[in-house]
Amino acid sequence: MKRHLNTLFVTTEGSYLAKDGAAVQVRFEKKTLLRVPLHNLDSVVCFGRVGFSSQLAAACAEAGVSISLMSPHGRFRAAVVGFSPGNVLLRRQQYRAADDPELTARIARNCISGKIANSRSVLLRAARDAKDEDRSSRLKLAAKQLAPILRRVAKADDADTVRGYEGESASKYFASFGDLTSVDGFQMKGRSRRPPLDPINALLSFLYAMLAHDARSACEACGLDAAVGFLHRDRPGRPGCALDLMEEFRPVLADRLAFSLINRKQVSCKGFEVTSSGAVRMDDKTRKTVLTAYQTRKQDTIEHPFLGEKTTMGLLVHLQARLLARHLRGDLDEYPAFIWK
Amino acid sequence: MTYHDDELLPISALQHYLFCPRQCALIHLEQVWAENQLTMEGLLLHERADSPTHETRPQHDGVRIRVERALPIRSLELGLIGKADIVEFHHPRDSSDSPRIIPVEYKRGKPKANDCDRVQLCAQALCLEEMCSTGVTEGALFYGTRRRRTEVVFDDDLRRRTMQTIDALRTMIEGRVTPPAVRTKACEKCSLIDLCLPDATGGDRSVARFMSRQLNAHLQDETTDE
Repeated sequence: MKRHLNTLFVTTEGSYLAKDGAAVQVRFEKKTLLRVPLHNLDSVVCFGRVGFSSQLAAACAEAGVSISLMSPHGRFRAAVVGFSPGNVLLRRQQYRAADDPELTARIARNCISGKIANSRSVLLRAARDAKDEDRSSRLKLAAKQLAPILRRVAKADDADTVRGYEGESASKYFASFGDLTSVDGFQMKGRSRRPPLDPINALLSFLYAMLAHDARSACEACGLDAAVGFLHRDRPGRPGCALDLMEEFRPVLADRLAFSLINRKQVSCKGFEVTSSGAVRMDDKTRKTVLTAYQTRKQDTIEHPFLGEKTTMGLLVHLQARLLARHLRGDLDEYPAFIWK
Repeated sequence: MTYHDDELLPISALQHYLFCPRQCALIHLEQVWAENQLTMEGLLLHERADSPTHETRPQHDGVRIRVERALPIRSLELGLIGKADIVEFHHPRDSSDSPRIIPVEYKRGKPKANDCDRVQLCAQALCLEEMCSTGVTEGALFYGTRRRRTEVVFDDDLRRRTMQTIDALRTMIEGRVTPPAVRTKACEKCSLIDLCLPDATGGDRSVARFMSRQLNAHLQDETTDE
């Protein structure tokens, strides 16, 4: 299997990245902080004002390491990637499938089946771990309510129906988020995205942004057009295919991680700043904690249910992109979503 | 009929095709590539032979041998393009005669059971025949572990086999369809196994069945009180 490689996150604004032989050198105020060999890296992710040399950009592109530029809060802005001729036949088939209501519905249906099943697993695990009986039974009830939606999604034969069920399940799922944590100060008032209005939402938005970044890289690495989705309809500037791929991973990689960071008190309310507009921001220290936890989580090993091989959580999205590509090329009758146990 | 510059297929694809048509399609149609130990060894072996140089060495019987390395070759007749590791031009003493041309190809490992290396070499010979307007009757393979030459004679049999492979390759590339995976022993040696996924995609494995099994297993504790 493809090797699990690291992502270098550069969060210190004002730092500068240079090429040093076959390595990335991280400099800050004329001092070298870090040197990472390119062959250990999958991508470099820069937050905010981080500079880099053109020599480094060229060396990274050649070594297949992407450099992504994010806003300080993790919004994707731009990337430097090498020339990959990609796969024109795969892309054409992707476009054809995206224009074909039946194929689109089948892919969207499996993505969302995976997402709802994984959401249920997150709720049921939390219910088992909860010390409070009431909380536990409320979480179990929420999981139970998702079951009939999951059964209906699995039979849906049109993408709008799938989107409808996905909305219905998401509101039920998010409504139970209050029961996923027992730590004071982390109360969730429903999902708010732009901007996040409480610490949990800020945490989730940031993790979703990281996941979207990984899904985008996975699409590109497999020759898929990250912008053309099935569940997510085309919207300029939106990575539809990457968003489709990340659906099944949101509960497992982002939500669960957010709640374990809170419940284990690795992050605290003090690490979140409420601005005068009500928008909530993470401070630098919290962001670093979250990134480290995310990277660590990605190194956990797991057996891939469809491929039957051991892999890491971090590689899962790459494997799913590959399976989607093989489905589009006609090797698989459907897209096998990742269902977490 | 002759092919246009844009339609030429790489000679190396013939070898990929004979190893596994799907591998060939993955590389040449889908443009995927992955290195493994075997491909890296091949790369290193070629580095030495791959710098375009030439030299002339005199021989005792008066035959002058010009050795060209990394020689670009092609055939518009067959629609092939490639690079020959080494081509020897044996010039006889009487310079009015055309030189004898001998292509030599470097390979890692030992001679293979199938004739993919011989087909590749023969295709080079066919290109050289067209470019130099002269017959090429023999060549040689140089295997890394053996460290000596294996002579190859371009007889009718090998030429026929080579032409058939060229035809089959062109049909597949122009049809633009990647053949389905077939799991064989050769898969273990293939650097593309993780991209090809022969176990997941080969045979009659159905994702539809897999998904419904997974979802049923997931929902088994739930009663069907909808």
